[in-house]
Amino acid sequence: MSHCALPLLPEQDDHEYELSDYEGARARWCPGCGDHSILAAVQKLLTQEQLVPEQTVFVSGIGCSSRFPHYLKTYGFHGIHGRALPVATGIRLHRPDLTVFVVMGDGDCTSIGAAHWVHALRYNPDLVVLLLDNGIYGLTKLQTSPTTPQGFPTNTQPHGSLLPPIDPLQVALGVTNASFVAQTAEWAPAHLFATLRAAYRHKGLSFVRILQRCPIYAGPVYQKLVTDPARIALLLHEDGVMVPELGKLYANHVAHDPHDIHAARRLAADRDHINIGLFFVDPSRPRYEEIRRVAPRTAAERVALLNKELDRYAV
Amino acid sequence: MEIVSDSGEGAQKCGQVFGAVSAKMGNGVWTVEIIPAEIQPPARVPEGASGFRIRLGDRPITNWGDATNLVVAFNEQVLLARHRVGALAEDAVLLVEDKWAAHDDESIRAAWERGMEELSERRYRIVPVPMEELCLTIVDDAKKGKNMFALGMLACLYARDLTRVKEQIAQTFRKKSEAVYAKNISLMELGWSWADEHLDFRIDVPVQEIDRELVVMNGNEALGLGAIASGMELCAMYPITPATSVSHYLSEAFEKFGGMVHQAEDEIAAAGVAIGASYAGKVAFTVTSGPGFALKTEFLGLAVMTETPLVVVDVQRGGPSTGLPTKVEQSDLLAALFASPGDAPHVVIAPATIEECFHVMIAARRIAETFRTVVMVLSDANLATGVTPFARPVPDARWQAAPLDLSPVPDGLKPYAWNPDTGLSTRIIPGRPGGMFTLTGLSHDEGSKVAYSSGIHQRASTMRSRKLAVLSELLVPPAPYGAPEGDLLVVGWGSTKGAIEEAVDRARAAGLAVSSLHLRFLSPMEPGLRDIFRRFGRVMTVEINYSDERGDPHITEDNRRRGQLAMLLRASTLVDVDCWTRVPGEPLRPGAIHDAIRGRVPRGVDT
Repeated sequence: MSHCALPLLPEQDDHEYELSDYEGARARWCPGCGDHSILAAVQKLLTQEQLVPEQTVFVSGIGCSSRFPHYLKTYGFHGIHGRALPVATGIRLHRPDLTVFVVMGDGDCTSIGAAHWVHALRYNPDLVVLLLDNGIYGLTKLQTSPTTPQGFPTNTQPHGSLLPPIDPLQVALGVTNASFVAQTAEWAPAHLFATLRAAYRHKGLSFVRILQRCPIYAGPVYQKLVTDPARIALLLHEDGVMVPELGKLYANHVAHDPHDIHAARRLAADRDHINIGLFFVDPSRPRYEEIRRVAPRTAAERVALLNKELDRYAV
Repeated sequence: MEIVSDSGEGAQKCGQVFGAVSAKMGNGVWTVEIIPAEIQPPARVPEGASGFRIRLGDRPITNWGDATNLVVAFNEQVLLARHRVGALAEDAVLLVEDKWAAHDDESIRAAWERGMEELSERRYRIVPVPMEELCLTIVDDAKKGKNMFALGMLACLYARDLTRVKEQIAQTFRKKSEAVYAKNISLMELGWSWADEHLDFRIDVPVQEIDRELVVMNGNEALGLGAIASGMELCAMYPITPATSVSHYLSEAFEKFGGMVHQAEDEIAAAGVAIGASYAGKVAFTVTSGPGFALKTEFLGLAVMTETPLVVVDVQRGGPSTGLPTKVEQSDLLAALFASPGDAPHVVIAPATIEECFHVMIAARRIAETFRTVVMVLSDANLATGVTPFARPVPDARWQAAPLDLSPVPDGLKPYAWNPDTGLSTRIIPGRPGGMFTLTGLSHDEGSKVAYSSGIHQRASTMRSRKLAVLSELLVPPAPYGAPEGDLLVVGWGSTKGAIEEAVDRARAAGLAVSSLHLRFLSPMEPGLRDIFRRFGRVMTVEINYSDERGDPHITEDNRRRGQLAMLLRASTLVDVDCWTRVPGEPLRPGAIHDAIRGRVPRGVDT
């Protein structure tokens, strides 16, 4: 994320933002929902990076996870299903001084809003984009999502999800001009935080898929991953996400240079382990709002230019 | 007059030069392109007819008129297309390229023969012209030059000022070489001298002295320039005919004004980007046509619910579905008003002239901002492609939005602090200290807190609706064209104004007590309509959308589907408003409207 126009340090009045400065309404997710842990990690990030609340905007779509902005005391835009990314792009185009986060669920991002997801990755505006992937539709009560594991029964596919799930990482890594693709899990808070921090510090669209448990409707989806750390592998590199204290719990380590797109794609397709960490980063990719930036005009300048323009149409 | 050709033979360029010269000389001018549906249709087929219609007058011209009196055609097939749609006057003069009569290909000669026979059913005067043969004396490829020959013939017949013609050619081909210019001049002069020598008639259209500064452009350029003048800085769009040319113009011009055109991945995203930008500061707009508008409607509801200002331009075409992409229709009125599910009150304005296309954008931006609402602008393919001179606008810095206010929000000010009297509230944008809130499409209270109680939803709905009532109080009741009372009042909206008023003029000249009324605001409805309607024996809308005809099979007064404005007016005034509507895929002709008026008011001096 860009901090170009943002003070990294507290404002002139020396106000230091504390965790409570970022707390909005009390979160109403179900007990045990992974979203709580993600909210806590985001609040920690805001505090640690001292993001100015009024210069920070959280944009979401519709779904359980999209309630996110309500639980923060920043500016928030809780819009319509699947369309958070165009709104966030519009904000960035007009107001590059604002730090913009996007929070989406798997239905939002990989189903109804999939077109925007692909194109936002290509536009690569400076956004932190979080996919809170619980593999299920929760708010509408247990329907199959594109990331639901094959065979998992739901109210719309009672004999089990019919198709192999879409892999958000492979999709993201397949999009031209994608500049940051990472995966983490909400039940590994230290890794989650480190990944969010890396995403925030990246300039360009940082896409983070967060594996997130829904204990009410999709408990089994990530159960084995949670209880058996051997199923997870840490991607490690000095330019990636490094969390030394997790090294023991997660014994599988993969040295992966996140600048290597081919290795990233291979690791995303790996079915032996779920890899978490930074798959790919390239901070040099063009960012849409920067290549589109134009010199601002005052009203008077515009009037003068408009008169010239009208001369072209004069009879 | 019309110039018709196969696609790519330059008929439109010829027409543009002729139209511009005529406007500069002081004639009233309305030009409109005749556009085939395909980009490169096959040669010599009627459906590939491409061209330009120019209507000239000794006073301002407001519409494309009735029938064409003179046609220059580059082959007989495109001419047949115009004949078959009834575009040509009974006694029209047809100047036709004659090389097809003696073509090497027998099938072409036969087609020519059949074509001439079909045309001979009418009293046309057909004049074969050896355009190709003569042009080949100057250029190697007559396709690249015949249009200038045609221009010369027309310039001679209509006694155009030769100096101005040459100047206009120079301006049109300013990016080309001196040699190209010189060739075009020679071709034009060749056409002139041929016409001078071989044609025994001339057409006199007196000119008026031009006493004010004029500009000439089409309605889409006017929308684009108006957007610039309004101070808007972002146009988010997705390509769709016939709206796209607004963004073509802006893509070239907008950046130097500090603005940008964002071509989004789809129509929905275009609306979303515009809303995001509006939410973050200055009002943005999106421009589309019917099918694209249909896709944007969920976002439109969000903008209404969250009171995020937004301007949506719909350059209407024939529908439903893909319909008639390049042809005019006024069928999106009810969709513009009601397409969003739930109660989503917002403003709908329809410019009636090309000049109004410019000014409507300034009003739209200002209303969207002041009333924190969505303003829809309904233009159409007739305004989009029509070109006519109008009074040069005098840009004013006050038309533009004020710079962003990023000052701290006063203590206790809520994001929807509705004034209970007006429903208005102050918008808070991100970046303002102390104003942090989460905007939501869910039902919410003054503080933007999600609220499920019926009391809050009722109150918030009232506030959003009341804003429209307040806006309607600011509107001046419209004035009838003609007398304020009579036997029939014709009510129209959008691009039909010129044709309706011309029809009313003819009816009044014939002694009929007919007036017309043209509405710009469709939501809120303009005030005072019931009082105006009461002074007329009958009220009838004229619209380019579908309605059932009285007397058609199965049609009764109860099940008859009426014109869209007629439905609205009946509902809002309880007056038994009748309608006469057509969907011909072309602008209404004043003569046809006049006939419809006659059908409703069967009196007058010569009936």
